[in-house]
This record gives sequence, C-alpha cells and structure tokens, in this order.
Amino acid sequence: MLGSLWLIPILCLAGAVLNLVLGALKAPKFLVTVVGVGSIGAATVATYGALWEYLHQPYVEIIERYFTWISAGEITVNASLQLDPLSAVMLAFVSFVGLLIHIYSVGYMHSESEAGYGRYFAYLNLFMFAMLLLVLGSNLPVLFVGWEGVGLCSYLLIGYYFEQPWCAAAGSKAFIVNRIGDLGFLLAIFATFAVFGTVEFNEVFAAAAGHPHQYEGAATMIALLLLVGAIGKSAQIPLYVWLPDAMAGPTPVSALIHAATMVTAGVYIVARCNVFFRLSPTAMVVVAIVGGVTAIFAATIALVQNDIKKVLAYSTVSQLGYMFLAAGVGAFTIAIFHVVTHAFFKACLFLGSGSVIHANSGEQDMTRMGGLRKYLPTTYWTFLVATLAIAGIPIFAGFFSKDEILARAFVAGATDLNGFGDVYRVLWYLALGGALLTAFYMFRAVYMTFHGSFRGGEEAEHHLHESPRSMTVPLIILGFLSVVGGSIGFPGQLFHKTGWNLIEDFLHPVILPLGDAHGAAAATENAVHAIGISTEWLLVAISIAVAVVGWLIARSFYIGKGAFALPRRLADRLPGFYRFLFNKYWIDEFYSALIVMPVHRFAVFLWRIVDELIIDTLFINSAAFTVELTGDLLRFIQTGNVRNYALAIAAAVLALAAVLW
Amino acid sequence: MTPAELVPVPYTWVLALSAILFAIGVVGVLLRRNGIAIFLSLEIMLNSANLAFVAFAYRFATGHVTAAAALDGQVFVFFVIAVAAAEAAVGLALFIALHRLKDSIDVDRANILRW
Repeated sequence: MLGSLWLIPILCLAGAVLNLVLGALKAPKFLVTVVGVGSIGAATVATYGALWEYLHQPYVEIIERYFTWISAGEITVNASLQLDPLSAVMLAFVSFVGLLIHIYSVGYMHSESEAGYGRYFAYLNLFMFAMLLLVLGSNLPVLFVGWEGVGLCSYLLIGYYFEQPWCAAAGSKAFIVNRIGDLGFLLAIFATFAVFGTVEFNEVFAAAAGHPHQYEGAATMIALLLLVGAIGKSAQIPLYVWLPDAMAGPTPVSALIHAATMVTAGVYIVARCNVFFRLSPTAMVVVAIVGGVTAIFAATIALVQNDIKKVLAYSTVSQLGYMFLAAGVGAFTIAIFHVVTHAFFKACLFLGSGSVIHANSGEQDMTRMGGLRKYLPTTYWTFLVATLAIAGIPIFAGFFSKDEILARAFVAGATDLNGFGDVYRVLWYLALGGALLTAFYMFRAVYMTFHGSFRGGEEAEHHLHESPRSMTVPLIILGFLSVVGGSIGFPGQLFHKTGWNLIEDFLHPVILPLGDAHGAAAATENAVHAIGISTEWLLVAISIAVAVVGWLIARSFYIGKGAFALPRRLADRLPGFYRFLFNKYWIDEFYSALIVMPVHRFAVFLWRIVDELIIDTLFINSAAFTVELTGDLLRFIQTGNVRNYALAIAAAVLALAAVLW
Repeated sequence: MTPAELVPVPYTWVLALSAILFAIGVVGVLLRRNGIAIFLSLEIMLNSANLAFVAFAYRFATGHVTAAAALDGQVFVFFVIAVAAAEAAVGLALFIALHRLKDSIDVDRANILRW
C-alpha cells in the first residue's frame, strides 16, 4: 500500500461526499451505514496495509509528492504526504479508533431521521479525512488544511442538534475560540517560511537541527506561535473553554473528536516540531507550565461536575495537560504514548457514557443515575476498566504513560533542566496532585453512575437496557486496549531491559539529534538517565499510591452507607470554594465580561453608530437626498412652454457671445 | 456708366442686413404663437445666415485666396438650403400632427410635457 498513501484520506472523503448526497436524498439508513462505515473500514485496511509494509522497510520517512499545490514567486508548496514513525503511530490509532466509533455510531444514532443520519456520517467521514490529512501532511500548509478541516467538522458536529440554540452556540464557541489559536498557527507557518524559505518538515528540521545556535531565536518565536495554535486545538489554558461546551454534540462525536483524536492534534504538532521546541528552553518551559497548570486546574473542576459528559470533558482537558507537560519536559515520545493510551481509555469512557445516556433516554445528570451496574453490565465493566486505566492503576494502559510523564517531570526538576528546575519541581507536584484528583473524580463518576441504587425514578428505571451489539462490541475492544495498550510503552529500564519500550524506540528517529550539542537539547536527552533505578521505583510507588488514595477517597465518599453524606458536608463546610469549583472558577463569566461583552458592545457601536448613522444616514442617504432636492428645485425650469425654451436658448447664445467678445 | 462709376456694395452692409434679418427672425420665433409663423421666422434666420455666408465669400474672393476657397461660402449656402428643406418637411409634419391632436397649431397649447 506504500506509494499510494493518498488513498487513505481520499477514501474517507469519498465516503463523506457520497453520504452527503445520500443524506440529501433521504436514502435508507442501511445505505448510509454501508458507505460511512465501509469507507472508514477501507481506509483502515489501507492504513494497516501501508503500516505493515512500512514496518518491513528500512526507511525512516517516506514522502510522496503528488503535485505542486502553491507556486508563487519564491513560495512553492507541494501537495505531499509523509509516513514516518510519528505519523505511523498517529495513523494507526486514529483510523482504528475512528472505525470503532463509526460502528458505535450506527447503534447510537439509529433513532435519527434519514437526513440527519446521512448528515452525521458525512461529517464524521469528512472529519476522518481531515484528521488523516493532518497526520500525514508532510509540510505545514498541508497539515494546516487538515487542522482547519477537523476544526470545521468539530463545529458542524457540535452543532449537530442545531435546532437547540445552545448547541448551535456551543459550535460557534468552539469555532471562534479555535480561530484565536489558528491565527498563531498561521503566523508560525509564515515565520517558518520567512526564516527557512521552505515549509517541508524534513528540510526545515534538518536546517534547524544542523545549526542550533543560528536558529535559536527564530525557533523560540515559531515554537511559541505553534503553541498558541496547539493551545486552541488541544483546549489548554487559557483557550480550553470551548471543549466542555463541545459536549453538546452527539456522544460518539465527543469520543472521537473531543477526546481521542482532534484535540490531540496540538500535542501532535508539538511533537512533530520538537526540533523547534528543543532549541528553545523558553518555549519548553512555557509548554510545561501550560500543561501542568491545565492538568490540575481542569481536574479540580471535574471534581464537582454532575453531568457525566462534563466530567469526562474536563478530564480530557486535564489529560491533554499531562501530554503538554510531557512535551514540555522533553519527553515527546511519552506525550505521544499518552495520546495513544488516552485515545483508548477516553474513547472507551465516552462511548460508555454514551451507552449510559442512551439507556437513560438522554439523561446526563449523574445525580439521577446510580445502580446501573446490573442493567448495563458490559458498559459497567468496560467503563470500570477504562477508569482504572485513566486513574493510573498498574497494568492498565494509562498507568504506564502517566507514570512516565510524572517521572520525567520529576527528572526535569531534579536535574534542573535548562535552569528552570524550580518551575519543573512545582509542576511535578501539580501533576501529582492532578493524578490524585483524576483517580478521585473518575471513581466518583463510576460510583455515582453504576453503584448504589437508581435515583432517576421508577419509570426511567423501567426503560433501562443494555445497548445493542454495535455499541457494546467497540466498548469491549476499547476496554481490552485500555488494559493492554500500555504494553507498547513498557518501562523496560526498570528491569534493566532496554528495547522493551517499543513506542519509545519506534519514535526515536523523529527526535532529530541537534547539531552541536546545544545546551537545552542535550539536557533533555541526557535527563532520561539522570536518576537511578531505585529512585525510579520510588516514583512508580508514589504514582501508584496517589492513584489508590484518590480511589479510596472516592470510595468512602460515594459508596456504602454514608454515600454522598461526606461530600455534602464538605461542600457545606466550604460553600465558597464549592461554588467556585462548581461554577468552573467563573472563567466563562470572566471571559464574557472581559472579552465577549466589550467586543459585543463594540460591534453594536459599529452597527448602530458607524454603519447605520454615519455610513447609511450621513453618507448614502444624504447624497441621495441632495440629488432629490436639487431635482425638486430644478424641475420648475421645465415649464412645457416651447417659447420659454426658445428664450432660454436665445439668452444663452447672447450670454455666450458676450463672454466670447 | 463706366465700370469705374460702379461703386461695389461694401460687404459690411450685407453683413448688417444679415444681422438685421437674423434679429427679426429671433424676435419672430420668440414672440409668435402660431407654429407656421415661428417656422417662417426660422427660415428668415437661416437665410440671414446664408446672406452672411455669401457676404464673406464675396469679401474673401477679392483677396489673395484661391478660387476654391472663395467658393466655400457660396457652396455652404446650398447645404443650408438643403437642410432647411428637410427641416421644413419634418417641421410641417409635426404641425399637422399637432393640429390633429389639438385642433390648433398654437405652440402655447402644446405645453403638457413639463413637471
């Protein structure tokens, strides 16, 4: 399949176009299902075919050029795709998780109208096209097409239930907030071209890595601009506000776009452009701070949310923070590792929550659930497994990636990475606190949803049912991956076995060695081996202890005889703090007052004063009025009397003669 | 009488006559209401112009100009007469139409095309 990488995204695009037509024709859902799932299935087969060949070849990166896309003066941009270890990893899980979620959607969306069903799958296929293009693009502009494409599909799918104003508003919010980030991304592309004269990844990175000192300043600028884009797309502080609202979309969309794939694009671009970041200690520490602070900040909000999808949304923001933290301490491969494991367990959690919502006829409030374990056994067990994974309980997937991130953050602090050791030490504590909170709020969700007794009333209880096979099978597969997915990043160094950490070895070529042993870069590369095995074991023990403590607190809070009593007392004891968290730190209100309202008022000013008063009234209407008034006055000259005209002509001739005399 | 006794009419006299005729025509156009009368006044104006052409042709024929140039003014008169004939055809047709409409060719009564 190598040599025809284009086939992978194009199959998805074909599915999208076909489904758009089928949806417009109100074709039977069966057809839409065949096209929608079939096209992604074919793309997945094509992906794994290509990956299979790729793994059997000695090449590190394969670049396929198709045609010159933009050619203007010195600017040349090729439409080209690239397969290297990083895109291979992304490709592998994006297509596979995407396929599972397409299958799940067949069950979840079955009660939609024909037109809505077609529209849904068209958007979802289009999303896959854009995401695969993003992952495969071999230069910044091609990547940017995918980047904007996923943003567009995110907007369309968040606003899928656009008849409800708040859903349409959530879509707009996501789109607009992302625009802020995209501006940074666009500027980064321009800056890259201005500095390097090309936007092809391999050429740019080779140049930057070859002359670290020459490009350090430029790299800092480009890295920070890229980070702005990444912050928008990956919902980090301060642009995270769109992601919780994005839960207005159908739950499989939340699973695919707002948990597993699109939101990790920010992490992907940071890992892809790791050369820029490693050249710049400033950019690195900024990435780490954004990630670490977001990780704990979002986790605290998730503590008190009652909407099951909101909990998962803030959890996603928090986990993305861990990925940025990993990138910020130089552990780019670990960041991608966490992207992969997170895709498995978070997709599983979201699909599980979708199954719960489906069974509860659309109810998302966990205070009206409880005891669902006996009605939804498959959902329960897969949800529990994914929770164990995200909480960081050993042998489950999330443990390996999160433990590595914590360890690397500790190492960064201990080795005084780039001279920012104090910052990294603080971030390690924050990350550790975040891990505790993660375990707590996830088990809180499990206990509130699946344990205890049902609180939604008898009639709702009557309707409870396990979801259809098309929904449970993806859950089981993702649950399975949430258990074993971590093995690809097994920390072999703990057992004196290098080579057990498959993903790290596989991704290693993406981390280009920098030319002349640059300070910042050398520090990150050597940091791995800076602490002893016993310290590493201690760190593992700490991260396990933190996860277990969080679990136990949740257990004592939300299960058994005193369920809900303890948290309620805590909330009563600290009413201000509780309201602070429950209202999400009033960040939305803060943005509203600081940015949205002034902009709105300014827009009203432009509308009422500048447009309506100055332009419309003063310029346009007054010009027309002047012409009309002049005409009104002058028309009395036209008497209709021929002799008057003759007199006027004669007088004029006389006057002319007098003038010319 | 011998040729020496023939005193030529100075061309300025002819021009003065042309001016007088023109003024009479203008006054006639402005003051008369009868369409035909206006028309006649118009013809007087045209012919005063013809007279001026001839006067200038006579004037310049005695100078150092070529014969062809001296004929210019004379020839132009024929053009004016031709155009005046065409104009008379159109004008009279208009007055016939006006008369059918209003039973009169008083131009003051044809005044509905106004504000």
